[in-house]
Amino acid sequence: MATDALDNVSLDPVDGRAPLILGREDFRAVTDDVVRPIFEGPPKVWWAVLSFALTLLSVMGISIAYLFWEGTGIWGLNNPVGWGWAIINFVFWVGIGHAGTLISAILFLFRQKWRTSINRAAEAMTLFAVACALTFPGIHVGRVWVAYYMAPVPNQMAMWPNFRSPLLWDVFAVSIYGTVSLLFWYTGLIPDLATMRDRAKSLISKRLYGTFALGWRGSNRHWLHYERAYLLLAALATPLVLSVHSIVSFDFAVAQLPGWHTTIFPPYFVAGAIFSGFAMVLTLMIPVRKLFKWEHIITVRHMENMCKIILLTGSLVGYAYAMEFFIAWYGANEYERYAFINRAFGPYAWAYWTMVSCNVISPQFFWFKKLRTNPAFIFVITIFVNIGMWFERFVITVTSLHRDFLPSSWDYYRPTIWDVSTFLGSFGLFLTLFTLFVRFLPAIAIAEVKTVMPQADPHWHPADHGHAEGEH
Amino acid sequence: MGATHTKPTRWGVLAEFSSAQQIYHACEQVRDAGFKKWDAYTPFPVHGLDKAQGLPASFLPWIVLVVGLTGTATAIGLQYWVHAIAYPLVISGKPFAAWPAYVPIIFELSVLFSAFAAVFGMLAINRLPMLNHPLFTSERFGRASDDRFFIAIEATDPKFDADRTTAFLQGLGADHVEFVE
Repeated sequence: MATDALDNVSLDPVDGRAPLILGREDFRAVTDDVVRPIFEGPPKVWWAVLSFALTLLSVMGISIAYLFWEGTGIWGLNNPVGWGWAIINFVFWVGIGHAGTLISAILFLFRQKWRTSINRAAEAMTLFAVACALTFPGIHVGRVWVAYYMAPVPNQMAMWPNFRSPLLWDVFAVSIYGTVSLLFWYTGLIPDLATMRDRAKSLISKRLYGTFALGWRGSNRHWLHYERAYLLLAALATPLVLSVHSIVSFDFAVAQLPGWHTTIFPPYFVAGAIFSGFAMVLTLMIPVRKLFKWEHIITVRHMENMCKIILLTGSLVGYAYAMEFFIAWYGANEYERYAFINRAFGPYAWAYWTMVSCNVISPQFFWFKKLRTNPAFIFVITIFVNIGMWFERFVITVTSLHRDFLPSSWDYYRPTIWDVSTFLGSFGLFLTLFTLFVRFLPAIAIAEVKTVMPQADPHWHPADHGHAEGEH
Repeated sequence: MGATHTKPTRWGVLAEFSSAQQIYHACEQVRDAGFKKWDAYTPFPVHGLDKAQGLPASFLPWIVLVVGLTGTATAIGLQYWVHAIAYPLVISGKPFAAWPAYVPIIFELSVLFSAFAAVFGMLAINRLPMLNHPLFTSERFGRASDDRFFIAIEATDPKFDADRTTAFLQGLGADHVEFVE
């Protein structure tokens, strides 16, 4: 379908903007287009991606099994750098997990209709990213059998977690974020699962989709409460999504270490999280829309809008980098000043400048409309953005730790093969879950996409719009 | 399937419409005709259809508020009890009742409880899950989750009369009217 050529990004002086959903679709065509890949079976590429993902997943399994067997000694942690890739990967994945709920909740409250084409996949991506993120705090002490110490569980030692510590806030923030995102995602799925149930041919898929659809029958008395619940969830998830990465940043900012102990951390972390999350949504959806022929539902305009958000948040992140340096100088604290000079020009300068080039420079290309409406170009930039965002967490964690107050304890931190394999393996978990998701669940919110089509308005008249499909 | 068959075990009558505009006007008519036990079935929430149907606003927010505040109280109680009563331990010189440090978890638990209340409250009000329903016996009703719009008037409605209600729905421009057993 050569709908990439169809332009819905420019403003027409007479008709205004072209519709969000291209190709003069009616409601039935939208259902057909979204459920087709599920019932027709996946293309060959899907199997290739799944095998690749499962291979990576087994790498993760082996790495974690060896970690449990041997302990954290297999990682590159040393004496000043007691926090290594485990926390870097955790923050990286949680950050990516911000886009889904931002798209579903904040854009919903702002009545951004374009969210409907991408919110389902973005929410699913959020859940899978949070699952990857939660793996790392779960395994990072190497003794998974005492993971229950993190939860307020009565135990024979009469011991309780410390609610005054940001690390515990983090346990609550991320697990609650995961739970609420799951509820939000599932609530949105209910009507579409009913569509799947009504479309399914085989008894087993009828039964499975039917069970998870809970007997949804599109009753308007149900929609009334459903929409209210959805709005409430959006209103609840909006401060939640902003709080999660703020609390993650407290892990650092509440510690009194130069380079970490700054008040700019919460907003700067949130901006970075949205930045990386939107990049990951685009990285996933650009191939998916091509593969499943959804270019008329996830249009160039949807991608352009996301690119604008990447440009904004990328620039915010760049501003935060600059402001950190300014305050390090202006604050006149010699340790703080040293930490930042060391960051940019010390032994980890290579990581710092990788981060700056990927995060600050690469999104600036999106000032140009030609570039931010070119899917192939966007795809490349989003990869750079996520490389940069991983390096940001690496730079923050390692540069502040490796040279602390006493020069006699300074050291250089190097990851081992097990650090690398665990991290690469987590992509296996992420990709496996996402590949299964696009195979078995409607990756586009069918019911929601229909609501933004012009003929969904009860006061719309076919005669007013020459290009619209008549009713039959 | 035709409207002429009559059976005593009838659940109601189902009318099918083909557009959001038609269902909106049809709902206004059914509402004004004074029916009580009836409903519209649509593949997506049609904007303003609750008004056309004369439905009162959802009371779900009140449930969410009460349960959400329970979450707030739980978080306050849990943290205070752990640090001031069950296991008072001085950590980095902070007081036992370190209220500012309790704020993040108070917020988080309020949101968690509220979210559960929003989803499970909605399901409870809607009496879901209900995996079977008389409407699922209709062949055509499957398109209520696709591109068709339905109105069903239940036989238990005091104004219900098999022939007249059927004729009434046909008069509203329904493409198809059938009885549901």
